[in-house]
Amino acid sequence: MTDEQGSIFDGLIGGDSSQWAFGTDFEDPLAGVDTTVPDGVDRADLAAYCLMLGDDALIMSQRLSEWCSRAPDLEEDIALANMALDLLGQARLLLARAAAADPGVVPVLPEGSPVPAEDALAFFREAGQFRNVRLAEVANGDFAHVVVRLLLFSVARLALLERLRASDDKVLAAVAAKGVKEVTYHRDWAGRWFLTLAQGTDESHRRLVAALDALWPLQDELVSTHPLERSLADAGVGVDPASTRDEVDAVLDQVLAVSGVDRPDRAPLAGVGGRTGRHGTHTEALSRLLAEMQVVARAHPSGRW
Amino acid sequence: MSVRERAAEVAGQVRDPEMPMLTLADLGVLRGVEVEPDAVVVSITPTYTGCPAMATMRDDLVHRLNDAGFPHVEVRVVLDPPWTSDWISERGRAALREAGLSPPGPAARPAGPVMLTLGPPRPAPPCPRCGSAATRLTSEFGATACKALYRCTDCLEPFEHVKEI
Repeated sequence: MTDEQGSIFDGLIGGDSSQWAFGTDFEDPLAGVDTTVPDGVDRADLAAYCLMLGDDALIMSQRLSEWCSRAPDLEEDIALANMALDLLGQARLLLARAAAADPGVVPVLPEGSPVPAEDALAFFREAGQFRNVRLAEVANGDFAHVVVRLLLFSVARLALLERLRASDDKVLAAVAAKGVKEVTYHRDWAGRWFLTLAQGTDESHRRLVAALDALWPLQDELVSTHPLERSLADAGVGVDPASTRDEVDAVLDQVLAVSGVDRPDRAPLAGVGGRTGRHGTHTEALSRLLAEMQVVARAHPSGRW
Repeated sequence: MSVRERAAEVAGQVRDPEMPMLTLADLGVLRGVEVEPDAVVVSITPTYTGCPAMATMRDDLVHRLNDAGFPHVEVRVVLDPPWTSDWISERGRAALREAGLSPPGPAARPAGPVMLTLGPPRPAPPCPRCGSAATRLTSEFGATACKALYRCTDCLEPFEHVKEI
């Protein structure tokens, strides 16, 4: 390396924290936010609940970002990347909130590692420690598949976030209030494309119905209740997904009716001994997703570059 | 001019890294400047949760205040209330138009459940170049999280529209 090249890299390394591999943003994304845990709420329960909502967003974001450069046209490529970014932002705050509520959930990294807590949660947990619904993790298919997946996901997430705005936890309430605005755009995008593909060509209709049929067994998990969700809903901090079921059904029925597509007659995908994504029991697709998402961070747990 | 006013004036001149025709104050992202005993505390709020420009905004604020003689600057994030495009100032809207961008209309504030919109989302904004009302939505997502893409069917130019949220 010549001196001249050296000086270029010196400039990069000596300057802002924005050049680091980890910590590329605020050291603490919740700096200045009131992270007091509401009275009577168990810290570990709150952290686990934040992981559920955060992991949904993180894993969905990862699947959407895999679409980058693969969408049918540039505008939709940008749209998918934007939605991935919104969800990544929600995931970041929710994982940071989990770490602030209970530092015990954060994987332990080598002494001196620059990895912030939310990155440690994203990159250093095993599949069984993720609490996301399985709809978020299954492998991508064609464009109809991502439209259907986003429709099912965003209809449920919007209904949930609308209610979560009233949470006694100030961070969850604030994340929800911002998230409602963002996910409204996601749901509209998915709804319009659903209608477009349903009423497009025979081929687009066929692919849409096939995607809906394939993903439908994963829809029920979005509006099913894990015991932790019920107890946090009772505590005024969380939302019981089952309380959104009627609204979710009504919106989906509206889209299906306008599109002229029948509601699939398929049973929910069973868990293993009643355990589903919320319990940490996943399809094998999650392990493959994590292998790709985590490989660089895990190879360099103390990496600065 | 008090120390706080001087710090607020410096912070108020820092520009948005992605839409440099706007100051952070005109964008509504700068929420407050306070002088505490050991630091100037600047509060900012993200436009979108995943806004990747936050770190650059923070660095710009710190550097500008450092240069103006405030050695200790702390930048805090405010999440509540969430940013709305209604906070873009009149001066900011004029600056957007001047730069060929279309400023946002009033943001919706639904009282009950958010309605699903399967048709065109809202009346299309006029073309910021020729003023024609004959414009068409290309995509509700653009080069940054806060912008949508439109095209004018009269002058045929594409333009960016700052989204209502």
